[in-house]
Amino acid sequence: MRVGIVREIGLGERRVAATPDTTKRLIKLGFEVQVEAGAGELASFQDADYESAGASIAPTATEVWDTSDLVLKVRPPDALPEGGHEADHLREGATLISFIWPSKNPELVARLSGRKVTVLAMDQIPRITRAQKMDALSSMANIAGYRAVIEAASFFGRFFTGQMTAAGKVPPAKVMVIGAGVAGLAAIGAARSLGAIVRAFDTRPGVKEQIESMGAEFLELQFEEEGAGEGGYAKEMSPAFIAAEMALFAEQARDVDIIITTALIPGRPAPVLITPEMVESMKKGSVIVDLAAENGGNCALTQPERVITHRGITIIGYVDLPSRLAPTASQLYGSNLCHMIADMGGAKAWHIDREDEVIRGALIMENGEVCWPPPRIEKKEVEPAKRPSVKPVAKRDSHAVALKESRPKQRGHGHGADTGRPSSLWPMVAAAVVIAAASQFAPPEFVAHLTVFVLACFVGWQVVWNVTPALHTPLMSVTNAVSGIILVGGMLNVAGPLGSPATLLGALALLLSAINVAGGFLVTQRMLKMFAKSPEEERGGQNG
Amino acid sequence: MSVSLVTGLYLVAGILFIRSLGGLSNQTTAKRGNLYGIAGMLLAIVATIAVAKGGYGVMIAALCAGGAIGAVLAQRVAMTSMPELVAILHSFVGIAAVLVGFAAYLSPAHSLIGAAKIIHEVEIFIGVLVGAVTFTGSIIAFGKLRGSIASKPLMLPARHAINAGMFLACVALLIPFLSAPDHSAVWALGAMSAIAAILGAHLVMAIGGADMPVVVSMLNSYSGWAASAAGFMLGNDLLIITGALVGSSGAILSIIMCRAMNRSIVAVIFGGFGAAEGAAPAGGAAAPQGEVKSTDAESVAKALLDAKSVIVVPGYGMAVAQAQHPLYEAARILRKRGTAVRFAIHPVAGRLPGHMNVLLAEAKVPYDIVLEMDEINQDFPETDVVLVIGANDIVNPSALEDVSSPIYGMPVLEVWSSKVVVVTKRGMAAGYAGIDNPLFYRENTQMLFGDAKKSVDAILAGLKAGVA
Repeated sequence: MRVGIVREIGLGERRVAATPDTTKRLIKLGFEVQVEAGAGELASFQDADYESAGASIAPTATEVWDTSDLVLKVRPPDALPEGGHEADHLREGATLISFIWPSKNPELVARLSGRKVTVLAMDQIPRITRAQKMDALSSMANIAGYRAVIEAASFFGRFFTGQMTAAGKVPPAKVMVIGAGVAGLAAIGAARSLGAIVRAFDTRPGVKEQIESMGAEFLELQFEEEGAGEGGYAKEMSPAFIAAEMALFAEQARDVDIIITTALIPGRPAPVLITPEMVESMKKGSVIVDLAAENGGNCALTQPERVITHRGITIIGYVDLPSRLAPTASQLYGSNLCHMIADMGGAKAWHIDREDEVIRGALIMENGEVCWPPPRIEKKEVEPAKRPSVKPVAKRDSHAVALKESRPKQRGHGHGADTGRPSSLWPMVAAAVVIAAASQFAPPEFVAHLTVFVLACFVGWQVVWNVTPALHTPLMSVTNAVSGIILVGGMLNVAGPLGSPATLLGALALLLSAINVAGGFLVTQRMLKMFAKSPEEERGGQNG
Repeated sequence: MSVSLVTGLYLVAGILFIRSLGGLSNQTTAKRGNLYGIAGMLLAIVATIAVAKGGYGVMIAALCAGGAIGAVLAQRVAMTSMPELVAILHSFVGIAAVLVGFAAYLSPAHSLIGAAKIIHEVEIFIGVLVGAVTFTGSIIAFGKLRGSIASKPLMLPARHAINAGMFLACVALLIPFLSAPDHSAVWALGAMSAIAAILGAHLVMAIGGADMPVVVSMLNSYSGWAASAAGFMLGNDLLIITGALVGSSGAILSIIMCRAMNRSIVAVIFGGFGAAEGAAPAGGAAAPQGEVKSTDAESVAKALLDAKSVIVVPGYGMAVAQAQHPLYEAARILRKRGTAVRFAIHPVAGRLPGHMNVLLAEAKVPYDIVLEMDEINQDFPETDVVLVIGANDIVNPSALEDVSSPIYGMPVLEVWSSKVVVVTKRGMAAGYAGIDNPLFYRENTQMLFGDAKKSVDAILAGLKAGVA
């Protein structure tokens, strides 16, 4: 089987459906690959690169279309500038895989269906876990989200990160991201990496955790309504919810410097979330990037494909953000294609399996017979959280876990309670020798006292190493009090006649050590009363 | 009451003391631990009254008077003055040991002969020696901590020889003391006490201000050994047990403190920082490169408000300026906003082991956000702002990086690996170690000059304005 890669003809389109790297993978799958001359040029891939990867170079698009069994493209087939239409060049019996957007392009579907061809739409791949590796929409959304931040940064006149420099302090930029799908999360990640303060809003409360794990603040509405629709997208919300949401955006617009909107509802024009008044309330120099520009825009003033300035506010309506990162976009898109083609059996076992949920979803027509939209399949395993671009989340989490685990679990043990404690073997041996020696000549009473002394030393040694360093001061004061036990010595010496030296000395010792006992214990009690845990309500944000 | 019953009660009291120290292993059991200690002490007093052969009036009077004085002291002492209180209480134990030693020697009760007499008199001698050293040493430590004695180490020429000479003189006095019949050698005991007292004072005079945590722990240990020696001379197991507990406790604290400063315990006891090696103190290492950048409280407040995580590193300067209360107020404002605020404590911050923890506890800082050096050091790289208040040597990067630095090898808080470090300081003076701190010249360090309390108050005002 021969795979053909044609040059994209869409205006400003820089991507290509295969890179030298994915070409190699296609060849490994058993395909013969031919690439139209100059197909990868705008994505920085030269014909020579493809050739060295094992592809042949076809001089014209027509030749590729005419001689390929499987044509890979990025954009839907379109009218050729020199007349004619790409769709018409696809030869009978061949297969085309590209973005099709069948609901927006019914005439294209009609044009293709007139011919005996098979068409698979990358944009129709169901968003289920198994299909993640082929999910080109997520790949492209990820890039768009990243690029949106880069575009915003290039139009924004300040740092994203706050800095304290020798010349003074620069405040960080504040970014609001509306819609925390793949693009929104990628935008949050990029803006956070640049050092901005990021807030994000989404109608689906379930994404709060994802937003926070990327380091952004989740803007919450005090409103009960579940916004999760089918396929990981949001659904349309009630008027009351929208009113509350708009009030939130109006409030945020006055505060933030950058707004990135990514709100899309499948099959409908993008909801208008940023009104002209909100735009005007923003600070001069602020930037809005509207990722929904192609579908009408989330901002009322967005002009698709253009950058405009409205009263000092820049509004970016680019619709080709993935194309602006053409090498990466091509590589990811090409990989998605490779995964899909591998699932379809490669060159040797090529087949269209209508029982396969993923292939069935993407299948627009088989041999000219239109079979889109597919019959509804029971919804299962919708897992937006696990789409590829959310990977940074997982990575961060595992990093945090690793950090936590590496932290020595020594609270309450103090410095090296386990490692730093000097070995007590040698002192023990020494003590045994001393006691043995003493027993040779000293009276048994003394040996008994010595034994008690040595034992008490060991007990003290063991007990005190367990004292938490935070309580070292109370430890000192309590040992102070306890060492006042010497008052017993005073008490035993006051028995004599009142004026005798021994009695006087004993009484003085008793007085002083009584001060110690009372002072030590009471001050310890006073100190210990001060040690308190955090009150419940303050323990919130202490996980960092 | 029978003697065996009293011995049993003493044993119970000893166990209660052990449980009391054991209770301090964490904050939740600490209070109960202290109550165990009080119970043990009451039991010991009751048991002793039971075996005493009279003098109850004197006993009660002295106990009540001493108890009252102690209670007043405990009530009045400011938490910043805890080191002084601890030091003066040590001196009481020391002098009590001396007094008990003299009393035991003069008391006519015993009529021992031979080895028993020699052992008994050696016990008295050692008890008095340790007691006298503890007594004057603690008095000097008290004076240094209060500031009434200059905290600079006193460096007499040939001071090691003087110490050794005095110690030998004390040992030599043991010979006439032992050979004298009955109680006639009080003069020898007295002379030895006087020499030991001078020795104790001189030892502590030679130790500088920031080594105080070690000195106080050492004296804590000595006071324990003095009590233990008193137990030997009186043949009282409870005194022996308790003294041994206190002695080991002080010794362990000293070891911990020395480790935290990477100093050998011998070097600290005999005093004089760096002098033993004969090195010049100031600027021995290469002068740090770079520029000192100063900032103002308002910018610091803004930086704190922008930060996600903040670590506060308090030092002795915070205690001196009493800045802990506004500091916690500031921390509370930040924590309410969801900022992670924690306090990092170096083991030798302050003038007493654990001193910073007590001061922060007094300012109502919850202990679960106050972390030890080992617990928090690896978190600095993930921290946005570190606020260093009145600390210097414990955050000095030369301890890790500059082999020629006098403090090289001392474990320090690695504040410089965070994004921004703000250091409040009165001026550019060097810390106790007398060495320059390259931290102040780092790219990510901002200096906030001024009194710690005023600086923190200003930051707090900035925070309040920023939040409102």
